[in-house]
Amino acid sequence: MNSEKTSNLLQHPTRILFFTGKGGVGKTSLACAAAVDMAARGKRVLLVSTDPASNLDEVLGVRLSGQPAAIPGADGLFALNIDPEAAAQAYRDRVIGPYRGVLPDAAIHSMEEQMSGACTVEIAAFDEFTKLLGDPHTTAGFDHIIFDTAPTGHTLRLLKLPAAWTGFIAGNTTGTSCLGPLSGLETQQSLYDSSLRALTDASTTTLVLVSRPERSALAEAERTRAELLDMGVSNQCLFLNGAFVAQDRTDTAACALEARGQSALAAMPEALASLPRIQVPLLPYAPMGVQNLRRVFGGAPPFRATPPRHRSPVADPGLPLSALIDELESMGHGVVMTMGKGGVGKTTVAAAIAIELAHRGHHVSLSTTDPAAHLASTVGEAIPHLTVSRIDPALETRQYSAAVMAKAAPQLDAQGMALLEEDLRSPCTEEIAVFSAFARTVAEGAQGFVVLDTAPTGHTILLLDAAEAYHRDVTRTMSDVPDAVRQLLPRLRDPAFTRVLLVTLPEATPVHEAARLQDDLRRAGIQPYAWIVNQSFADGAFRDPVLVERGSREAPYIAEVRERLATRFTVIPWKPAAPVGPELLRELADDSLALEGTSRG
Amino acid sequence: MKKLQVFDPPMCCSTGVCGPSVDPALVSFSSDLHWLANQRLAVERYNLAQQPQAFAANEVVKAALREFGNECLPLILLDGAILSKGCYPKRDELARLTGVEANAVELPVINRSCCS
Repeated sequence: MNSEKTSNLLQHPTRILFFTGKGGVGKTSLACAAAVDMAARGKRVLLVSTDPASNLDEVLGVRLSGQPAAIPGADGLFALNIDPEAAAQAYRDRVIGPYRGVLPDAAIHSMEEQMSGACTVEIAAFDEFTKLLGDPHTTAGFDHIIFDTAPTGHTLRLLKLPAAWTGFIAGNTTGTSCLGPLSGLETQQSLYDSSLRALTDASTTTLVLVSRPERSALAEAERTRAELLDMGVSNQCLFLNGAFVAQDRTDTAACALEARGQSALAAMPEALASLPRIQVPLLPYAPMGVQNLRRVFGGAPPFRATPPRHRSPVADPGLPLSALIDELESMGHGVVMTMGKGGVGKTTVAAAIAIELAHRGHHVSLSTTDPAAHLASTVGEAIPHLTVSRIDPALETRQYSAAVMAKAAPQLDAQGMALLEEDLRSPCTEEIAVFSAFARTVAEGAQGFVVLDTAPTGHTILLLDAAEAYHRDVTRTMSDVPDAVRQLLPRLRDPAFTRVLLVTLPEATPVHEAARLQDDLRRAGIQPYAWIVNQSFADGAFRDPVLVERGSREAPYIAEVRERLATRFTVIPWKPAAPVGPELLRELADDSLALEGTSRG
Repeated sequence: MKKLQVFDPPMCCSTGVCGPSVDPALVSFSSDLHWLANQRLAVERYNLAQQPQAFAANEVVKAALREFGNECLPLILLDGAILSKGCYPKRDELARLTGVEANAVELPVINRSCCS
């Protein structure tokens, strides 16, 4: 670690900072803590979330909007959420507004319908993002702009868009190609150019890679590091969050947790290890509110664990995971989807359920919509009856484009093919391709079991919005739509076909994010089947004060899930060994039984 | 030079690759327009979702929308007069309607049963 460089990170930060990393590593907490720290040094700071499922409001304790709001208790700190739906609505109003009363109502209505798709939402949000990044007038009053970005897969897509579109505009020769709802794109070209310049200028932008001392989180940080360096984002640093040292060397579970972190750090890729680094210890509770946030980087006295004298085991651990799997098995076939905030263990839970179903002799397809998922390495080895795959955006886009070209080839001349090929280079194509693959995967549930690990909440919301938008499209037109797409929303809404499991940790933000997701799903006519509270420390045999305090603070969140949110729920205890590979994943299901035995018996 | 104007229904793009399915007729039509533009014809194309100002500024288009509703789209005008409405004519029809020598109509064109 280079301490001189390290102190520079917070004392002399660049104008723009991006916090990125795998879901659940603490991006929002550390971005907020850094923002509070800089504001305390007398800087004017704008904190921005681009996540459609932003948690800034909860961490700062302030209700935010799309406009900068002053944060009480932190002079000079302002924050906003880029809400894609609100941005899309503003975009529609801007484009359509002037023609109300000029064009017939039916025409206005059809414009609104066309501009309600996922593509408009994505582009409108991107529009806001580039304004903050590339237009100096928008952010003139601020010394620093901190982006608490959406989890990584989505971040990369967002960051790559200026490059993709700049290339797209430059390479467009016929002038008729698909620019999506972003008409007048050329007029935005200078904004995209300056966004791209800002991103790649080391004296302007710092990329903060946030990770926990865990293999998958570090692997993700390394992927992002290499990919963004490749795109010219060279000013990078590492914030290592949740570093844990057991205080009591006789506490074997705490020592196991420490050893797990140590071995992950020892295996850290060299390039990542050589970045300037700031280390934040595992805190006894998640820092919320300005006062607690000030403690993270030393602006206020540090946290001190004050565990209660008596620990209370989880009052009701709910349905054992194995019993939940019995219920899923009784469907005979269908789709099981794990959803929730990043980092709560959606992939682990999905893999455990898929492996158990396969072990019971069912044909199971385990897949993921998360571009940054690590399914194959979680499962570990080939298992009879189980196929593991993933929806890879780049691969799907290539295959989709090739299929469209092949279908159109007999009807088109060379000129037409060239036109089509150019249209297919549009940023919208990836959205469509990924969406089609999602529909196809869900359709497989008609024959066997499909266990689908979804991307973190924000991305999943956009995918479901797309399902609704296309469903409207499909019912409106009689065009040649694949059956899988036509059936998608009805299948997702059918409780006998699809069962959604909301996965959370027993902490405030993941529970509340999942609760909002549950509301969104219900609005879309999808009723979540069960909640899974993962990685509970409450019943662990810990003496370490930090871990005991973490466990003791879980009770209200588990109670909230049990009493207010879930019709069925399961609590999975934290495991000393990372649940990777078929045996440990099957143990996850079995141990829930044991947990029930000990706490009820 | 004669001027051909196409007023499309609201679309994401001219070939429809952004919808839940790709309509090959839309792709063919884009290609045919390109061919027409090479036959000494000025071709303009407007999409209701992207260039509403072109619709609002054209009295013929506004009158058609009021009288026939959105079903009149796509609306094709030749020198300001309605040439066809509610469909995408095939290349040979476009050539006939615009009086362009259809010398390049050797393509196998798809069968569509829309235009009247």
